[in-house]
Amino acid sequence: MTDEIYKHWAVNEKDNGIVCLGMDVENSSTNVLSATVLAEFYQILTKLAKNPPIGIAITSNKNKGFIAGADVKEFTKISNQQEALELVQYGQTVFNLLDKMPCLTVAVINGFCMGGGLELALACDYRLALEDPKTRLSLPEVRLGIHPGYGGTVRILRYVNPLIAMDLMLTGRSISTSYAKKIGLIDDAIPMRLLQSAAEKMLLKKPAKRKAPKISKLLNNFLLRPIIAMQMRKQVSKKAKSEHYPAPYALIEHWQKHYGNETSMLNHEAQSVASLSTSDAAKNLLRVFLLQDELKALATPNPENEHGNVKHVHIIGAGVMGGDIATWCVSQGLQVTLQDLKAESLAKAKQRAYSYFKKRLKKPLLIKGTMDRFALDINGYGLQKADIVIEAIFENKEVKRDLYTSIEPKLKKDAIIVTNTSSIEIEQLCDAISDPTRLVGLHFFNPVTKMPLIEIVNGAQTDPDISQRAINFTKQIGKLPLPTKSSPGFLVNRILTPYMIEAGLLHETGSSIKDIDNAAKEFGMPMGPVELADTVGLDVGLHVAKLLSSEYGYSIPDSFESMVEAGNLGKKTGKGFYTWKKGKKIMPKSKSLTEKETKYIQNRLILRLLNEAVACYREGVVASKDHLDAGVIFGTGFAPFRGGPMNYIETAGADNLLNTLKSLHSQHGKRFDPDPGWQTISE
Amino acid sequence: MSTNSVYIVDGSRTPFLKAHGRPGPFQASDFAVQSATPLLMRQPFEPEEFDEVIVGCVGPSADEVNIARVISLRIGCGDKVPAWTVQRNCASGMQSIDSAFSNILLGKSDLVLAGGAEAMSYSPVLYNRHMVNWLADMSRSKTPLQKIITITKLRPKFFAPVIGLLKGLTDPVVGLSMGQTAENLAQKFNITREDMDQYAVDSHLRLVHAQENGFFDNEMVHVYDDKGKSYHIDDGVRPDSSLEKLAKLRPVFDKKHGNVTAGNSAQITDGASWVILASEKAVKKHNLNIMGRLIASNWAALDPKHMGLGPVHSTVPMLREQNLTAKDIDYWELNEAFAAQVLGCLAAWKDPQYCQEHLGLDKAFGEVPHERLNVDGGAISMGHPVGASGTRIVHHVLNVLQRNQAKLGVATICIGGGQGGAMLVENLQ
Repeated sequence: MTDEIYKHWAVNEKDNGIVCLGMDVENSSTNVLSATVLAEFYQILTKLAKNPPIGIAITSNKNKGFIAGADVKEFTKISNQQEALELVQYGQTVFNLLDKMPCLTVAVINGFCMGGGLELALACDYRLALEDPKTRLSLPEVRLGIHPGYGGTVRILRYVNPLIAMDLMLTGRSISTSYAKKIGLIDDAIPMRLLQSAAEKMLLKKPAKRKAPKISKLLNNFLLRPIIAMQMRKQVSKKAKSEHYPAPYALIEHWQKHYGNETSMLNHEAQSVASLSTSDAAKNLLRVFLLQDELKALATPNPENEHGNVKHVHIIGAGVMGGDIATWCVSQGLQVTLQDLKAESLAKAKQRAYSYFKKRLKKPLLIKGTMDRFALDINGYGLQKADIVIEAIFENKEVKRDLYTSIEPKLKKDAIIVTNTSSIEIEQLCDAISDPTRLVGLHFFNPVTKMPLIEIVNGAQTDPDISQRAINFTKQIGKLPLPTKSSPGFLVNRILTPYMIEAGLLHETGSSIKDIDNAAKEFGMPMGPVELADTVGLDVGLHVAKLLSSEYGYSIPDSFESMVEAGNLGKKTGKGFYTWKKGKKIMPKSKSLTEKETKYIQNRLILRLLNEAVACYREGVVASKDHLDAGVIFGTGFAPFRGGPMNYIETAGADNLLNTLKSLHSQHGKRFDPDPGWQTISE
Repeated sequence: MSTNSVYIVDGSRTPFLKAHGRPGPFQASDFAVQSATPLLMRQPFEPEEFDEVIVGCVGPSADEVNIARVISLRIGCGDKVPAWTVQRNCASGMQSIDSAFSNILLGKSDLVLAGGAEAMSYSPVLYNRHMVNWLADMSRSKTPLQKIITITKLRPKFFAPVIGLLKGLTDPVVGLSMGQTAENLAQKFNITREDMDQYAVDSHLRLVHAQENGFFDNEMVHVYDDKGKSYHIDDGVRPDSSLEKLAKLRPVFDKKHGNVTAGNSAQITDGASWVILASEKAVKKHNLNIMGRLIASNWAALDPKHMGLGPVHSTVPMLREQNLTAKDIDYWELNEAFAAQVLGCLAAWKDPQYCQEHLGLDKAFGEVPHERLNVDGGAISMGHPVGASGTRIVHHVLNVLQRNQAKLGVATICIGGGQGGAMLVENLQ
């Protein structure tokens, strides 16, 4: 067979009769299964099926990743359920052909393998993965409001215990190659030097295909399935309500009702995904996913200027934020020097970093190599080597200014100075530096290792090049950059604070913390405002609240102050609004509320938040409604299935919300005074 | 400056931590990495620019045998910088400096990172020879019957471990422990128990004084373990040391009639130490601030039974060649393996008969004043991580010279097996 030329695939027939298919999607840094890619694949498979080789090995020719999944952008073009169904069924058709090929097939998973990519691998007879920490496998479709639709729900059950398979699909989490091997998802994890030859040997030696463990037969049994499904629904309901997130429940029902016959299960899988894809949740989650890309795209691709990638970050301040920023930067491959006045603080930061890496990396060799880049620097020797200096000391303007003045002479000529301040205006800090244009704010969120957002705060004098470098750095370390104006509270804290204060006011006037938090969770917030306040720390919250309340003219409930004064700071001290034991809150008992009562609490909380969001938009704190939604979702976890505050206003109707706001204004006064931005919000 | 000069640019060391009978918080390479990183951060060149890395280590653990290479990769020197590990017993840390010295003088290297590291608390506990042979027999026993037969050959005495450390501290040729060689010197030069204990007390008091006055600030780094603890002090020191306390200790090497105790001997310790050496060319190229110049070095060998006099045998020829006398040297660092051994050296230098007989001098070499010797304490109070001490004393004598605005210093060390090493440095700050 001559080697044909395809746009996205390289076809290579070897002397031993094995055909190697190398996927290399044109004009894309990663492999995605767009319609044209699948079409070419179908063409290739059809041709090979007519004249089957000894075996087919399918791998990626990209230097980054195996397959990232379906082409998510194509989902945005779908306008109705029928179109969705056709798209999903086409994918199924292609993978059905792969599944039924007259010769053996092996997927050589040489990088990250997600969604449709894993479904492709599952349609092969064998799966070998590259043994490397970067090789993560997942079926994350649930995070986009759907579930696997290219046969993944059916084929995974051939190999994996249904409880484990369902857990993977319900959470969308990624797993390592060693875990994948353990559960039978892959046949083996092989180091790079042996991967290709191992794949070819498999096709020549034809070992027995893996099967799901024997207990799966029992678990999949039609008598047990409804009971197990009930348990699964119970688990899911703790995290996601079915009205908000239909996908996990649809998946459970799909397994419960349709397991047994592969063909009919495949049919139902396609129907289920098509139906889910038109739900509001799916549309909004897709939008949120694409917002991530939009923020990432703010960074310069392959920066060609002399600055290039950041190699060395120097961080001053080894408190929780500084220490965690250091840990995060080291985890992303950078050299870090961490400076603090006290050796004890540095030692504690190192201890936290070590536990983090021990848990994630497990192998002593990897842990040691990583920790070698986490250098503790009580004397600040790293200042002269750093590309970026991040200041994360406590929030005091004079101390920060003095620090900048003292460090500036030691810095490299083009090093940039970053402040993690959450409350001090850049303009009040930058003139402590002889070149004020080199200061920019990067506001990280706690915990740094989990929160994806960084607010990029530009002062009036910040050089646009410096700002761009800060954005590039944010992307380099795997976070989402959100440029915001240097107004008090920036975006996230500004919107979150009145919402949390409202919770405090509701509590003061008699609502129980349980009801307040439940109302917020019914709306779709992952955590209620009271629990959030306790988790962040009431002292931290109070500090931010004082600043913003004086700027924006609202008052703080007395209970906040008195609790902080009494030393009840929340989770970290074991008592705040809630009582905390061993990191878990103790839910007080109270009688249930009526729907009307819950709605009333919800309105007060959410409208206060929305009102502030509208104000932020009007003032141009961020560049667009999309950015505002992205910031609030990624910075606070705001109900992603609602697509963000601005999107929610649009879908729920600005007029409706404004009316509710006005009635709250007449009931409760000034703080519910509708922001002038409501008038133009629908434009 | 002459074109063949070799300069000492900078240096650092970890706090020296006393070994407590089980592995300490840091392996030798960890110590070395944690003290190299801050040192390298404050240089105007990058780690990749070293021509080589040389590390002295007497007993690297089995997983990092060429510990120099392991360290050099971990501190970021990169794949292209060669690294090698040297061993001359207690002077391994001075051998690394000397090897760097030679290579720079030969023009083979211009910028070298040289140091020493030792984690004596990780000294291996070994299977004895009987057990090793039995294990070999076991692995060759394939059938169940063979295995059973081999098992019946196991004996209780096979389980007696060999304490690696003790083996290392015993001379295998003359069959004496290091402490017993010190007893030899005590007998030869009439050094009493009180003399030894007094010397030891002074060592501790001097170290305390140095710690209180920050005399180690520009050489010592902080080290941090993974459990949230930081270390910044040589922890073997006893601020409450006194003659009364030391008198209570029993002799440990010649248990019945000896005088050398744990209190008047160097401690078993973990630690690491570094210096950066540069040629004239490298100094100019990188615009380096220099501490001083390494003028000369010398090695000498002598009867292993008197190994403690190694410093005498190595310093005298070196100084004679430079036309220097004892009076010309401003400060001395003489590694305190044992109080008896230091005192033995002082006595030998002053002894006309010893100098005539062994050093070819026509009179005594001279007096080395106690006020100029080991002014900030030494191995008795601080500990002697065998691979690192040689480097520490060279670096420290330069710091002492600088602090006192003095010119010439000698660092010298006795070596188990019967050798001595010496280096002559000039302060240029």
